[in-house]
Amino acid sequence: MIKFIAKRFVQAAIILLIITCVTFLLMNLVPGGPFLSEKSPSPQVLAAMEAKYGLDKPLLVQMKNYIVDLVQGDLGVSFKMQKNRPVLKIIMEMFPVSAKIGVIALIWAILFGVPMGSIAAYHRGKWVDSVLRVVTTLGVSIPGFVVATVLLILFGTVWKVLPTVGLLSWKSYILPCFSLAFYPMCYIGRLSRASMLDVINQEYIRTARAKGVSPRSIIFKHALRNSFIPVLTYLGPLTAYILTGGFVVESVFNIPGLGRYFIQSILNRDYPIIMGTTIFLAALLIAMNLVVDILYKTVDPRIDLTKGGEGA
Amino acid sequence: MRTMKLFGWCSFPTWQTDVEPILGQHSYKQDDFFPATAEEKESFIEMKQSLSYWQDAWRRLKKNEVAMISMFIVIVIFLFAFIGPLFMENDYATQVRGDENLPMSWDHPFGTDNHGRDLMIRTMFGARVSLIVGIAASLIVLVIGSLYGAISGFFGGKLDDVMMRFLELIYSVPDILVVLLLSTVLKDPLNDWFNTSTSPLVKSFSTLGPSLISIFIAFGLLYWVGMARIIRGQVLMLKQQEFVTAARALGASNARLIRRHLLPNCIGQIIVTTSLQIPSAIFLESFLSFLGLGVSAPMTSLGSMASDALGGMYSYPHRLLIPSFILSVMILTLNLFGDGLRDALDPRLKK
Repeated sequence: MIKFIAKRFVQAAIILLIITCVTFLLMNLVPGGPFLSEKSPSPQVLAAMEAKYGLDKPLLVQMKNYIVDLVQGDLGVSFKMQKNRPVLKIIMEMFPVSAKIGVIALIWAILFGVPMGSIAAYHRGKWVDSVLRVVTTLGVSIPGFVVATVLLILFGTVWKVLPTVGLLSWKSYILPCFSLAFYPMCYIGRLSRASMLDVINQEYIRTARAKGVSPRSIIFKHALRNSFIPVLTYLGPLTAYILTGGFVVESVFNIPGLGRYFIQSILNRDYPIIMGTTIFLAALLIAMNLVVDILYKTVDPRIDLTKGGEGA
Repeated sequence: MRTMKLFGWCSFPTWQTDVEPILGQHSYKQDDFFPATAEEKESFIEMKQSLSYWQDAWRRLKKNEVAMISMFIVIVIFLFAFIGPLFMENDYATQVRGDENLPMSWDHPFGTDNHGRDLMIRTMFGARVSLIVGIAASLIVLVIGSLYGAISGFFGGKLDDVMMRFLELIYSVPDILVVLLLSTVLKDPLNDWFNTSTSPLVKSFSTLGPSLISIFIAFGLLYWVGMARIIRGQVLMLKQQEFVTAARALGASNARLIRRHLLPNCIGQIIVTTSLQIPSAIFLESFLSFLGLGVSAPMTSLGSMASDALGGMYSYPHRLLIPSFILSVMILTLNLFGDGLRDALDPRLKK
């Protein structure tokens, strides 16, 4: 187990290093440095600025410096959007806002998705199942921004019961979190319905039924635990979805989070922020995948993780 | 004759009535003992049209109502996107002075935007871009994924190990981040290339803009992983079978084996995976366009139309709702059709 964790840890570190290098090289291969798109400064100013940010050194030296700084927690300073503020500080300021919404949405998706799937499986073939199937099929086909903007129109003009902009009270979390959670909730619903139906056909369920356990108790107690495993494997992609979905939701609802800021920095071409955020988000995702792998093993000891990612 | 096995070795007729006609005195006619005529021979063979794989799949697909309705809607959207513009007066980029911000009317069924452009033709072009992106990206995935998977599964051993490690590595790369990164980075070089090159192919690319090109690149780099895994699994299974040994004994080269024997046998899986890739590519494109990183103006896509409409969302909700609705219907029906296709082409997968 420890060997496995160590191995995965090293693997994760390597991937992160590769991503960092590739990101750095891509960013620096762009013709025209970050200063060019502003009102063109005089050559002396340009040279001074390049010297200041270390842009006059050879590319590989710059990359080495960047990685050394990165390990020490220094992601450089913003070029444009918040001039000269350390990127790490900006990320640390913006990320908690995004994280709060993301975590609420994540919990929401699981808390509603799994019961939805179990209920559908329990009532298989009945109208409840059909209704849930229609809802979840719609849910995985409607892009997040459509959900978000339709909610915005409905609550902004028609119902006016929930705030649509900013994050002033607990109520203002409802719409963003719901639009973020909607897709994964439906996806988890489908996933857990399928895996529940799989589990129901197993021997131990028959044993339980033969013992006289009630169907309700079989589904929600005995089967639920095992049907949760596929959902667990989805946690990695789920985190990725919530991170990227956050870009849209934060933009639509005007929430000052990291996602919206990241998109703005791309539109403004603030390279250090783009790089810093990319690496930060990539690290987060890779860490999440690592956690999921370990959880997976703990939850179901039958899974042999030493053999690589075959079954996953 | 009905028989009943008693102990496995002895069997006897259960009903007397079954036996009697055989034992009985029976009226054989004279000509029962002549050789059968050609006509009679024909009527002996019960003619049931033998169905090819495709006919069989089509028969199953036709029975699936959801899939057929979805297919119909997809065709309607295709016609709307590709034939529809022929009947429109204006181009997607034509700005008519004095026609700004019109509501929905007979002349402009979807209204006009704040530049006086007819929104119906823009919706048509938006749908067209979405469909093109979906199909092109899926074709990229199809080619790379199936070749990679087939090679990896076919040769096995060390090569397979290395290729699968590489695949896992790619699998753990955060895809959206890469797409965003690529679209940022490639913007200037691609724009330069568009402006300097004169070939018509490049020109047609340039109307799509650098962000879409980077979507294609990202699909080529990252998204073939799922396809490669599926094909590898299939090939691993297929290559054990006799027909492969037979082909090899006849002197088929490895390349021929893969191209002529293994990949055609995965065709059902390949088609299904590709068709389900289309909606997910459309999903991704609309996401990027909505964030302002999609097609470059004046070309449009459904995502960027929704994004443009965001400003006047409360005054002109239809500008947002129409493209969003078409986009959602498109993704929904493509998904449902893909599911139906899977059930039809590979009935074993059906649960």
